[in-house]
Amino acid sequence: MHDATVTKETSAEPDPHATYTGLDNVKLAMWAFLGSECLFFGALISAHLLYRNRTNDGPTRQDVYDIPFTSVSSFVLLISSLTMVLALAAIQRGDHRKLRIWLMATSLLGASFIAGQFFEFTEFINKGLTIQTSPFGSSFFVLTGFHGTHVAIGILLLLTMYTLSKLGKLDPHSEGAKKVEMVGLYWHFVDIVWIVIFTVVYLFP
Amino acid sequence: MEDHPHNHPSEFQYVKVAGFLGIVTALEVAVVYIDSLENLIVPILSAMMLVKFFAVAAYFMHLKFDSKIFRRFFLLGILLAMAIYGVVLWTFTFADRLAGAAS
Repeated sequence: MHDATVTKETSAEPDPHATYTGLDNVKLAMWAFLGSECLFFGALISAHLLYRNRTNDGPTRQDVYDIPFTSVSSFVLLISSLTMVLALAAIQRGDHRKLRIWLMATSLLGASFIAGQFFEFTEFINKGLTIQTSPFGSSFFVLTGFHGTHVAIGILLLLTMYTLSKLGKLDPHSEGAKKVEMVGLYWHFVDIVWIVIFTVVYLFP
Repeated sequence: MEDHPHNHPSEFQYVKVAGFLGIVTALEVAVVYIDSLENLIVPILSAMMLVKFFAVAAYFMHLKFDSKIFRRFFLLGILLAMAIYGVVLWTFTFADRLAGAAS
């Protein structure tokens, strides 16, 4: 009797996804990473708040900002969060065609945002504001530049998911949906950071 | 696992949330151009920013529906950032005022 019990216990397959918390470790790590990113962007936003009025006789915020244009960019990034969450819903249903459509839409919206930022930077430089002009210029370009870099990394991740789906390597019933969810979390985080930057950097008087 | 995709909102609900976010963004921009709100602009914009921030986190990032542990990890980062940089900003501003008073 005792031997039979031992045999039964040792032959039982361990659950490869079982964790102490009962939660997915990759997702937990992603949330810890996003928490640490709050500190990263917090530092850059704080630096900008400190230096936003130190213009060294260079252009001021009022001289360079184009609020209607940046509002459209913000709207584009907000809509990209919608398309991203629709991509996740698609793979959770096992609909790869819709997944690829929404992933491509998100990538294109992200690319539009980057193009808008590139245009904005060019305009600012033409108006005399560069990263070396003043503490305001330095803090502005470093903050928005790092955010733009995050968006660019997000676009690469989205295109990677698109390619994996095209190659049939995203299984909706196992790790495939989880991968899209992690990329989605990163993308939404980039969006909420922009929500803060848009209000604090562009709209605050 | 505690995080279940079947708890997540429907696609139509996501569209409604996105519409709401778009309206709040439009209101934010409109508020900037209303001169009579000049004294209240920072609190109004801050409130709108927080509403948008938490709407995206709650619905698009599923924090409202997933395990509370994820929420705590994220809030810990936000609260740490606010505490640390709040002290930094206060210290620098205070130091500037002291320097101004001394000169």
